[in-house]
Amino acid sequence: MKHLLSPLDFSVEETEKLLDLAHEIRITPEKYAHCCDGKKIATLFYEPSTRTRLSFEAAMMNMGGNCLGFSEASSSSATKGETVADTIRVVSHYADICAIRHPKEGAPKVAADFSGIPVVNAGDGGHQHPTQTLADLMTIRELRGSLDNFTIGICGDLKFGRTVHSLINALVRYPNVRFILISPRELRITGYVRDDILTDNGIEFEEVEKLEDMIDQLDILYMTRVQKERFFSEDEYLRMKDYYILDNEKLSHAKEDMYILHPLPRVNEIAVEVDSDPRAKYFEQVQNAVFVRQAVILTLLESAKTAASL
Amino acid sequence: MLNIGRLNEGIVLDHIEAGKAMTIYRLLGLGDLDCGVAIIKNAHSNKMGKKDIIKIEGGMDLVDLDALGYIDCNITVDIIRDGVVSEKKDLTLPEKLTNVIKCSNPRCITSIEPQLDHIFHLTNKDKHIYRCRYCEEKA
Repeated sequence: MKHLLSPLDFSVEETEKLLDLAHEIRITPEKYAHCCDGKKIATLFYEPSTRTRLSFEAAMMNMGGNCLGFSEASSSSATKGETVADTIRVVSHYADICAIRHPKEGAPKVAADFSGIPVVNAGDGGHQHPTQTLADLMTIRELRGSLDNFTIGICGDLKFGRTVHSLINALVRYPNVRFILISPRELRITGYVRDDILTDNGIEFEEVEKLEDMIDQLDILYMTRVQKERFFSEDEYLRMKDYYILDNEKLSHAKEDMYILHPLPRVNEIAVEVDSDPRAKYFEQVQNAVFVRQAVILTLLESAKTAASL
Repeated sequence: MLNIGRLNEGIVLDHIEAGKAMTIYRLLGLGDLDCGVAIIKNAHSNKMGKKDIIKIEGGMDLVDLDALGYIDCNITVDIIRDGVVSEKKDLTLPEKLTNVIKCSNPRCITSIEPQLDHIFHLTNKDKHIYRCRYCEEKA
């Protein structure tokens, strides 16, 4: 049975197939309106979320399925000390697939170890967020026509930004993708991404501190939020939070066909004035995220069905 | 020259880098064993100048070779039977370590669920890099 814990759980070919399916769902939604009739998704959210949880639930409901779950740890048995392993063993009897978000890194891996149903990582601490990455890939592919031969600037919190780690993990598998990593020194890309994913694979990347210095070279600008919840000290967070703000002045130095993406939520790192620029594509990402999650649910349910028949 | 009694049955961990014997003693949990354990520090070595040696009375199952390979795969492991070296074990970097070291990442799931094994995988053989199975933090 297949789980989705990291973007690498799908090969390049499987990812292409999944993005094709997401695209097909987008253009012919009625064809998929009942393909999950009678199926249930459990959304186990130990950490607050708006987009991701609602997006998973919308994805399942778009296909005729139902949803159950909890939206914060305080309304689950975690407050009574129940382990992730026990929770998933129980939930496996209630639902057909589950999406789990947890503040601790690796929690979805533990869930997958003990689960009787497919597990989707809906974000684990500062580690991975593979379905956001699939939405990012779908958006880039739609905008550029392919996932190769471009320069992407990833800006903001690269240390704790799980969407960043997942995105780099996925993009290094495509040819001629150049990375410009823009962050303050304290929030530079985390060690395993720099060493194991970029350096060891001979991927071209640069680490810089100023967005203004590099914005004219970019084909995609991926902005991220400095995440308050990942800091152990409030002072540290306050010092970092206003480091990068994209406004129309900075954007005036960018290429005419550079696109701006953001996994959302934003705080203040993209000025509201940028929203009306035709290069701002972050709300399209939100829409694509639902189609991608529909495709993930269908693909994993199919894999579970195949595994059960063996 | 310091003399420690000959082993009749047991294991000798030789060519330990000088000063590392106590680390190995701790990581292998040798303090928990009932059998005799001798630690020789700063012994003369033609090859290394100075070295540490650990002698353990008893069977091979007392030593976790994977853990030892992780600590230092240049250590020599001699199996002693009837007072003579009957076998030499080669150490290699293990692909997987279970409960040898703990994940130090405070954001890792292992930090709040004590029943989970601390598992590390070798991700870069040349650089001897191990990463946590759950959060991918470097050991």
